[in-house]
Amino acid sequence: MSVDGFLQRLRSEGRIVVVGASLAGLRAAETLRAEGFTGTLTLIGDEPYEPYDRPPLSKQVLLGRASAEHTALPRRRAIDAEWRLGVPATGLDMAAKRVRLADGDEVPYDRLLIATGVRARPWPNEAEAGLDGVFVLRTRDDAVALQRRLAEEPRRVFVIGAGFTGSEIASACHERGLPVTVAERGDAPLVGALGGVVGRVAAELQREHGVDLRTGVMVTRLEGDSAGRVRAAHLSDGSEVEADVVVVSLGATRNTEWLAGSGLGAGPRGIACDAGCRAFDIRGIVTDDIFVAGDVARSPHPLFGYQFLSLEHWGNAVSQAEIAAHNMLSDSVDRRPHMWVPAFWSSQFGVSIKSVGVPSMGTEILIAQGALAERRFTGVYGYQGRVIGAVTFDQTRWLEFYQHLIETTAPFPPPFPTVDRRSDGQRPLPADFPDPSVPTHGPTVTLSGYSPADRRITFTPGRH
Amino acid sequence: MRLVVDLNRCQGYAQCAFLAPDVFAMHGDESLLYNPDADEAQREYVERAVAACPVQAILVDQVETPAGAAAGAATSAQEAPRER
Ligand SMILES: Cc1cc2nc3c(=O)[nH]c(=O)nc-3n(C[C@H](O)[C@H](O)[C@H](O)COP(=O)(O)OP(=O)(O)OC[C@H]3O[C@@H](n4cnc5c(N)ncnc54)[C@H](O)[C@@H]3O)c2cc1C
Ligand code: SF4
Repeated sequence: MSVDGFLQRLRSEGRIVVVGASLAGLRAAETLRAEGFTGTLTLIGDEPYEPYDRPPLSKQVLLGRASAEHTALPRRRAIDAEWRLGVPATGLDMAAKRVRLADGDEVPYDRLLIATGVRARPWPNEAEAGLDGVFVLRTRDDAVALQRRLAEEPRRVFVIGAGFTGSEIASACHERGLPVTVAERGDAPLVGALGGVVGRVAAELQREHGVDLRTGVMVTRLEGDSAGRVRAAHLSDGSEVEADVVVVSLGATRNTEWLAGSGLGAGPRGIACDAGCRAFDIRGIVTDDIFVAGDVARSPHPLFGYQFLSLEHWGNAVSQAEIAAHNMLSDSVDRRPHMWVPAFWSSQFGVSIKSVGVPSMGTEILIAQGALAERRFTGVYGYQGRVIGAVTFDQTRWLEFYQHLIETTAPFPPPFPTVDRRSDGQRPLPADFPDPSVPTHGPTVTLSGYSPADRRITFTPGRH
Repeated sequence: MRLVVDLNRCQGYAQCAFLAPDVFAMHGDESLLYNPDADEAQREYVERAVAACPVQAILVDQVETPAGAAAGAATSAQEAPRER
């Protein structure tokens, strides 16, 4: 059987299964059809909804300008898929090429795409997490529940964690006129993703808008009343904050547990894949029939020393899904690498915050345009003498220029005198990222080293 | 009608907010907020916004999708006339 013959048959009558029916899963499915795949396409998703968009959940939806039930993603084309929604995949048999479902069904595949993303990390104390009024925000159901509670005008909302999502929630509460307290273990909001220099601007932004921001503290306990409703949070500095809504915003956990024991290189840091989105097995050998995309993937990037990057970025999910789908149907010479330059946006307190590259790799920052005090600036991050990332506050238009510098590994500090460099930008400052050995929930890009297979996982052969 | 804006691409030029103000709105100087499930009556305006966006950041449904966002079973729909 020639390879060509195999691919031809795969394209015309093969079976492709996608696990995870969200942004990456949908865009991959569309790409498969766009590239001429006419076989059977099955989309498996544990949420009972067709693919919807998550970024609005902490923005338009919490502001009451859109409904959480109506963020379904538009379709680029018909995908003629078999949908298995509301049922999680519970296991993978790599040898028999089957995905096991919670309802006992098994779905065979010729090519598998894993796009199971991440889930919100819950409050670690289960009893406290179960109190009425304690929320996380990741899914449509989470958003419906939180939005409903905010509409009841709680006396105070308490947000644990000032990463992007936590800060956006605080911003929405402020706009709705709800008193809000934010507790952050780091020294400032967004510090894990953007460092201390920019974090301090984010802190001022919150305080100026009346957010009761507490930094450098940990939440030690959530307290409920006799009816099981949350009533207060206790902090490590001994203080207590009364609140009837608590939103736990402590980052995310990769949805890889269902692959335990399968032999795939999947672990708490995600599923390692090569630049062509092919998953590694536990031995560090690349598979040829299993692909990964989106938040669950960790993939090596040539611009960042081939370190494995885990990105919780909307744009990455789209781009990686398209590449994975293309490569699933292609011969090795026709495969494409996933070389998307990380890019992220957030919107909070009326400011558009965007980044490109990997700011958290940066050791220095230079304010190349605008000024920190004006909340309108472009910060450029340097690492070992080259430009590695950039962030803008209400200066989107400059971002593309710096993206180009990142792509061309331009020297840092940028040699040219910029058009608008004020006092802040005369020289680079330490970017002031927290000690990477101290876990934070903040960064949306995680450098996860060089090892494709997660060594913390023990190898147990899959059941047959 | 469903829509999504690629906000990595969006430059906040606000053409969309000008052409379909009931669907797109600027929030602050550069942040765009939009309704991801715009009323069908807005289609004409939204389509103008799609065409006018200088960075082509707005994606609307290219195929008919079932009304309401529930739906599990087959979303059989007409083939898209053209990708993107
Ligand atoms: C509130 C919020 C705000 C955000 N804002 C931004 C933003 O401003 N900018 C930005 O760039 N990004 C943002 N993001 C991130 C962005 O939404 C994600 O990067 C994107 O959703 C990733 O898509 P994905 O398909 O890889 O994973 P996900 O969207 O996580 O989807 C994975 C799907 O797989 C399902 N699944 C998991 N396990 C199984 C299983 N065993 N069987 C079947 N199905 C399973 C999950 O339930 C889920 O439906 C935001 C995310 C959230 C939650
Ligand atoms: S027209 Fe395009 S670039 Fe301008 S605000 Fe709208 S989506 Fe963004």
